[in-house]
Amino acid sequence: MLRAIAVAVLAIGIILVALVEAPIPAVALTAVTGVTILLLLWPRSSRDSVAPSAPEPPMADARAPIEAISDPLLIVAGSRVEQANAAARKLFGAHVVGEDVRVAIRHPAATDRLAARQATADQEPIELAGIGGRDNRWQMHVADLAGDRALVHLVDRSEGHAAERMRVDFVANASHELRTPLAAILGYVETLDDDAAAEAGTRKRFLRIIRDEAWRMQRLVEDLMSLSRIEAEKFRAPETAVDLAGLAKEVHATIRDAADPRSCDVAIAIDEGLPLVAGDRAQLSQLLHNLVGNAMKYGRPGTPVTIRASRGPGAMVRLSVEDQGDGIAPEHLPRLTERFYRVAPSRSRSLGGTGLGLAIVKHIVERHRGRLDIRSTPGEGTIVNALLPIAPLSSNRNATVTGPA
Amino acid sequence: MTISKGVTVTEHILRAFDEEIVELRGLISEMGGRAESAIDRAIDALSRRDSGLAASVVADDKRIDELEVAIERLAVQMMTLRAPMADDLRETVAALKIAGVIERIGDYAKNIAKRVPQISGSSKIEALSVLPAMAQLAGDMLHDVLDAFAARDWEAAMEVADRDRAVDDFYNSIFRTLLTFMMENPATIGEATHLLFIAKNLERIGDHATNVAEMVYFAARGEYMPERERGHDAL
Repeated sequence: MLRAIAVAVLAIGIILVALVEAPIPAVALTAVTGVTILLLLWPRSSRDSVAPSAPEPPMADARAPIEAISDPLLIVAGSRVEQANAAARKLFGAHVVGEDVRVAIRHPAATDRLAARQATADQEPIELAGIGGRDNRWQMHVADLAGDRALVHLVDRSEGHAAERMRVDFVANASHELRTPLAAILGYVETLDDDAAAEAGTRKRFLRIIRDEAWRMQRLVEDLMSLSRIEAEKFRAPETAVDLAGLAKEVHATIRDAADPRSCDVAIAIDEGLPLVAGDRAQLSQLLHNLVGNAMKYGRPGTPVTIRASRGPGAMVRLSVEDQGDGIAPEHLPRLTERFYRVAPSRSRSLGGTGLGLAIVKHIVERHRGRLDIRSTPGEGTIVNALLPIAPLSSNRNATVTGPA
Repeated sequence: MTISKGVTVTEHILRAFDEEIVELRGLISEMGGRAESAIDRAIDALSRRDSGLAASVVADDKRIDELEVAIERLAVQMMTLRAPMADDLRETVAALKIAGVIERIGDYAKNIAKRVPQISGSSKIEALSVLPAMAQLAGDMLHDVLDAFAARDWEAAMEVADRDRAVDDFYNSIFRTLLTFMMENPATIGEATHLLFIAKNLERIGDHATNVAEMVYFAARGEYMPERERGHDAL
């Protein structure tokens, strides 16, 4: 504003010279005043316009040592967070600088440890759960610094913790589900071995059952494999920028080309100008295939299945698949994403479902730090929404970086 | 913070107020963290039938109550001595109300813990294996709304409020399952009723997390959260 006035004063001086041939001293005075005001105001006003935008960009010199470390670090003065390095700002949010340390780390064990830090010199590190994700585990170290300050250092221990639990779950679930088709295959093979099944028609029927069951086992093994692959990566959020609109169109084309009689019912509605999402292209494609596959299987024949992509709330993109099937009763909704949970077990099996499709979808969405939301009205249909976070601005600007990951 | 330039006395008062707001928000976060941990431990105690852990949850609830008193005292002191206005006043009032709500959440967690010794787990009630998943939904709501409070993020608060429907659905689902189960196995009615109350407590925790979300929204925007589409009220 003030800068504009200075420029105006200068301009008036120049115009006076050009038009009126005003007396030299007057022109000089105006010009000098303009230039002086301009010089006085320029540096200050440019600083003003930068300062209030963010408390962040840290004073490089003072914070350099902690900035350079990749683990989250906080420097706490009294009970306030005085500094947070980039990793800590990413984990807790930049807003914690200047706040009470309890606003950043609410965990009671951490609170007690930080409150008593003068009394206890060096203690065992503390295990913290649930920071930055329910299954994350962190180890907190506190070191006292000069003058009522302390350095809080967090070390990520999530992966080791998760590995053990995953192994237990996998064995329990998978063995039961794999045994069912296996029992069928063994049974029919034994019957075929008997002379009773000598008739050609019966033999053919039995062989078809055996083939179908073997295929089901194969699908199950494939689903279990991809589920454990996704779980193995769950703590590493995908970072590549993916063009969701393009991906949805691609998946749509693949499904339309498939031999399934339902494939011509699949429609697509994509909003223009969607930002890129931070994602794993292969996994997002699997997510869409699973959701559309479900909609095609459980929707009524001939009714449309619609893939939509639109801007979601906040910094999210909403990807949804809508069908006009029988819908799902509300009591089943909360449990749909459990592994091997089926609303109608026999129907799911006869349609070739493994009971893992939505579990895989949920894990993919969780790995993307997104949200999954299933809404259904019995008799009308079901809509599954996946909200996925938009990729950081830098990758959105040069959109050319997209491509199969 | 409203910042007026010039008078040093005003600046001094403002700085003191700023310190108090930071302390107030720290206390709320601590209280919230303790309530979160109480829910997690109560459910842990339930699924492992660990009465020792359950007893510690009950004992630790005193600390949550003390924090509520501390927050109330500080908030009232701030309002009387500093007479805050506009967003400062909203923030103080919201803190006062949030403290009350979190105290209730702590009570529900304590109530769940108190029921743990009554449940033997000998009879195979399906609801028992489903309750941890419901607790996770409700606990995540509380976790995320406390994050929204810390970041003063009203959009995140709205998103949490939206999720209450899922917890209500879960409750209705458990309610039906338990009802059928009790009709078929009258011998388990005592135990099943305790599980029903636990489910109800979790459902209330979801409601209260929504109340916190409304306060976060109010403090940040100065208006009430718009009415949302709600499912049928849980009984």
